Amino acid sequence: MHNFYNWVDRRFPFKEIVHEHLTGYYAPKNFNFLYYFGSMALLVLLIQILSGIFLLSHYHASATQAFDSIQSIMYDVKWGWLIRYLHTTGVSFFFIAIYLHMLRGYLYGSFRSPRELLWIVGYTIYLALMAEAYFGYVLPYGNMSYWGAEVITSIIGAIPYVGHWLSALARGGLGIGDATLNRFMAFHVVLVPLILIGLVVLHVLALHRVGSNNPDGIEINDYRRSDGRPWDGIPFHPYYTVKDTFGAAVFLLLFALVVIYAPTMHGLFIDTANFTPANPLHTPADVTPAWYLSPYYAMLRAIPNKAAGIGMLALAIAIPYAVPWLDRNPVRSSRYRPVYLGMVIILAGSFLGLGWIGMQPAAPALLPPARILLGLYLAFFALLPVVSHFEPTRAVPQRVTA
Amino acid sequence: MRHIVRCAVAGMALSISVLADAANAAVTLEHAHYRFDAATLARGAKLYAEHCLSCHSVRYVRYSRLVPDLGMTKSTVEQTVMLPAGASFDRGMISVMKPVDAKRWFGTAPPDLSLEVRYRGADWVYTYLHSFYWDPQRPSGWNNRLFPNVAMPDVLAHLGGIQDRQGHTLVASALTPAEFDRMTADITAWLRYTSDPSKIKRMALGPYVIGFLVLFAVLAYLLKRAYWRDVER
Repeated sequence: MHNFYNWVDRRFPFKEIVHEHLTGYYAPKNFNFLYYFGSMALLVLLIQILSGIFLLSHYHASATQAFDSIQSIMYDVKWGWLIRYLHTTGVSFFFIAIYLHMLRGYLYGSFRSPRELLWIVGYTIYLALMAEAYFGYVLPYGNMSYWGAEVITSIIGAIPYVGHWLSALARGGLGIGDATLNRFMAFHVVLVPLILIGLVVLHVLALHRVGSNNPDGIEINDYRRSDGRPWDGIPFHPYYTVKDTFGAAVFLLLFALVVIYAPTMHGLFIDTANFTPANPLHTPADVTPAWYLSPYYAMLRAIPNKAAGIGMLALAIAIPYAVPWLDRNPVRSSRYRPVYLGMVIILAGSFLGLGWIGMQPAAPALLPPARILLGLYLAFFALLPVVSHFEPTRAVPQRVTA
Repeated sequence: MRHIVRCAVAGMALSISVLADAANAAVTLEHAHYRFDAATLARGAKLYAEHCLSCHSVRYVRYSRLVPDLGMTKSTVEQTVMLPAGASFDRGMISVMKPVDAKRWFGTAPPDLSLEVRYRGADWVYTYLHSFYWDPQRPSGWNNRLFPNVAMPDVLAHLGGIQDRQGHTLVASALTPAEFDRMTADITAWLRYTSDPSKIKRMALGPYVIGFLVLFAVLAYLLKRAYWRDVER
């Protein structure tokens, strides 16, 4: 065994990799609850890839067979229902983990210098995940899949000059059909997962170059022992691997409760309208997206003009990329910035509110609240450069607090 | 844009007569009370075979799976649930009526009901079965409060009685109201089963999976605490 280890070691830097990324990577010792969700997202990615492989081996990407092949997974394939419920539940848990992970970033200023690239890569992972979820949503070819495909590809059609051409390219023709399913499957199974995995690797590499932030928003590397190890840092392995194992156990417990006792989550995780096959002649009563995309749908509906709505949507999606440069305050963490904390709470609250509105049937009564919430959401980014200049801050400790 | 799409489709939908989702909202749904157990489902399967299966397939459910799922014997399934003509024990529960004939007789092919409860909800199905009334203006003589101008006649009229639009009894029911409620609840329970047979297995497995994960979480917590004992607070 020892000989084998040496044999590998002369040919592959296994020892160095383990040291650099696990046993020799020092993380702040004061991580709180919100710091579980990075590794939880990684865990769900693994669940999605594994369950996806099994689903793919029974799925037919064809307009006439897609829906039936999903039902054959549910009814006839041994343990097929379990695999599919793991995959459908995994999507929602992925977004729960990612949203909490991003909230953590906002709360503790984890995007601030020198972690701008880390934030940019991370935010791109979130966008790729939205694309991945969307393509996957269309594949079962239920009626909501069909109309989701129809609505989103026609949004592309609103782009000036090239819109119709792009929309036909996305659909593989004038309408949604075989060609759409086949290219969406290529995106869902090959292109976007490769991008996702690549970005995740970049995200971890970037993190390990700059080190983890922590709830106090201060650098642990400013206070080192004589041997160079930070006073307030602990090796990721074994301390955080064992802590994340506990986190994973609780996370999987919640995951299993959903898979076993409420796999559709009353229409929230699997849309009720998707239990009937795609029907171009019958629109579902309300074409609304899954919960994790609904805030953006509410933003789109809040503006009646099509082009302006899409422009606003693009802005709302792109603006978080700029946040590392919008925040001008020398203090990172909201723990020592009460005004900033309030702004983050309003940002999260308006996003949740928009999410709720996005899942409701279109109603004129919801238009004013949707616009107010959209205004609040954008105000966070608009006001941040100004507020961060003048806001009062509390004294920041030099060493991390428990 | 969404509005345009919906308008276009609404136009198409209106030209096809029997799509009635929008009209459903007017009727309050009755709650279907049933126990999701093998006895209820076996009763429901038998009732479904007697009254519904001639027209409505549940094609994703194979007859053979009723043996392990509902604890029925193969011969019971063959005698009480399987349709006599052309049904195969290992195949799905397909109605014997040809779609061509169905279209000629009812104007539309009766839908497959495998996923109906998941699509519309158990209470919808239960209420639908209670909402038929006599309407001489319809070609079939039947109409439905929950699904206006539905093509389907009230196949349970000989058991549940006949009412007119105002709810006056035209023909008294053969069953007591409680008996009729239980019968329709059994059919609803059966369709709940067909919409997701995994529910039986999920409920059986649940306590073991959850128990294992709770134990795992406790052990992982103890391990974490043991490791973290030497981290200075």
